[in-house]
Amino acid sequence: MKNHSIVMLRRNLKHIARNPMSVFNAVLMPIVVMLMFVYMLGDAFSVGVDYVDYATPGLLLLAVCYGLGSVSLAVNSDKTKGIINRFKVMDVPPNAVLTGHVIASVLTNLIAVGAVIGVAFLLGFNPAASFPQWLAVIGIVLLLSLATSWITVALGLVAKTPETAGLVTVPLIMLPFFSSAIVPADKMGPGIKQFAEYQPFTSIIEALRGLLNGVPAAGDVIPALAWLVGILVVGYFWASSTFTKQA
Amino acid sequence: MTGSAITASGLRKAYHDKVVLDGIDLDVPAGTIFALLGPNGAGKTTTVNVLTTLTKADAGTVRVAGYDVASDAKAVRKAIGVTGQFAAVDELLTGRENLQLMVDLSAIKDGQRIIADLLERFELTESADQQASTYSGGMRRKLDLAMTLVGSPRIIFLDEPTTGLDPRSRRTMWTIIRDLVADGVTILLTTQYLEEADHLAHRVAVLDGGKIVAEGTPDELKRRIPGTHVRFRFGTAADLATAERILDGATADENELVLRVPSDGRTKSVRGLLDRLDEYALDAEEFSVHTPDLDDVFLALTGHTTEAAKK
Repeated sequence: MKNHSIVMLRRNLKHIARNPMSVFNAVLMPIVVMLMFVYMLGDAFSVGVDYVDYATPGLLLLAVCYGLGSVSLAVNSDKTKGIINRFKVMDVPPNAVLTGHVIASVLTNLIAVGAVIGVAFLLGFNPAASFPQWLAVIGIVLLLSLATSWITVALGLVAKTPETAGLVTVPLIMLPFFSSAIVPADKMGPGIKQFAEYQPFTSIIEALRGLLNGVPAAGDVIPALAWLVGILVVGYFWASSTFTKQA
Repeated sequence: MTGSAITASGLRKAYHDKVVLDGIDLDVPAGTIFALLGPNGAGKTTTVNVLTTLTKADAGTVRVAGYDVASDAKAVRKAIGVTGQFAAVDELLTGRENLQLMVDLSAIKDGQRIIADLLERFELTESADQQASTYSGGMRRKLDLAMTLVGSPRIIFLDEPTTGLDPRSRRTMWTIIRDLVADGVTILLTTQYLEEADHLAHRVAVLDGGKIVAEGTPDELKRRIPGTHVRFRFGTAADLATAERILDGATADENELVLRVPSDGRTKSVRGLLDRLDEYALDAEEFSVHTPDLDDVFLALTGHTTEAAKK
């Protein structure tokens, strides 16, 4: 008997290969947003530094979030079509089924993040990060991708219909706009400003920004890591327990 | 195989305060086809989910292939195959890859031969290398069942295996199911169609509101329901009363102004009824010949129609 996780992962990778549109969407949308904000509107924002340098960290996060919509749909389709029940009756462990989706999601995310970084350089992105700081950036992006993928898998399982599954990730796509991704939080109106300052994405973006500028601040990196690990743990246990409970 | 393949006693299940299974008892002898007949919402799928270890019952015991589903779920899963209510095929994979996926997930030797045999048997060889998304509903259902058969299970659960299929695909599915039982496999299937239960099953249990309201062979059940009859609808209560008086065995529904008259449905006997109405210058506004269906079974067994059972 082959390892269940590997069989499942191979299935999810085949899905990506057979349905390149989902990857294309995940890559295209963040790049469109990037061109819109940096190339078209960038000169209108005064943030104290070159706008592409300011915006890129937030756009990395956006690149991760845009890829998640297709993940919740794929998980939900497995559930509603009875494919998950089929696997359950075959005694395939929950982790094997769900990890396949998560790893495929992380790979899609990494492609999108790579593309966004590439376009950022074309637009004049000039980071000051050292090699270890780049590694830390990659580590945080990976952790972010893992954590949000697990949450998305859970949301895909909880959603009753594919239509809801398509909508559940919208907040994840909207959250970066209500963070310091596009403009600094202190330039926002009252209410939104406080929300933006304290929501998890802002600390993650600030951590990435500090690392890419070569001046990481522990005050940003530590809360960012705490948020990410917290989201990962909640997502993982939520997804696993939902998988086990549902029939 | 001899003895019981599936036994259940006192199964209960409620979601929040909605009772879905209200004390189900089942006994399916090995090597037979058992049909659970009922409308949507009767509890068919929940029963299948409980019998196949997917859902835990609130009360009651189930033994499948001699193992207890609660304490020995793994052993039960090894013995059974399940085809759910929707064709659980991976549409982005080809037919062959779907079967390969099942081989990879089971401890099976000789997977290639099994896959080739199943494709051949279900007439899917030609389309084996096309993505399942291009398959028709009937082909998907066949692939779905083929995937269930990869591990050669001796007990198979089929949840509404022909719902949504055209009549020809339905016939094909029936032939496949009969062939399986000829090989000694035990099958529990659910269906909304009396005709299907009648054609396939050795025994039928009628499920309504989470309870089994009748059980027996198809012939036993059919004896309990009104046979073929002719229905007339009249314009006035007076006409209805006259017609009831002049036609033998007629029963009137005064509210609907409908008269039901037992008949074999043959032209000769129907003409006799029409002639008789003519003699008394009665003119019915509507006329139809009615053969028993699930609605009649329900009306006869539960006193309400299947529509009412849909909550």
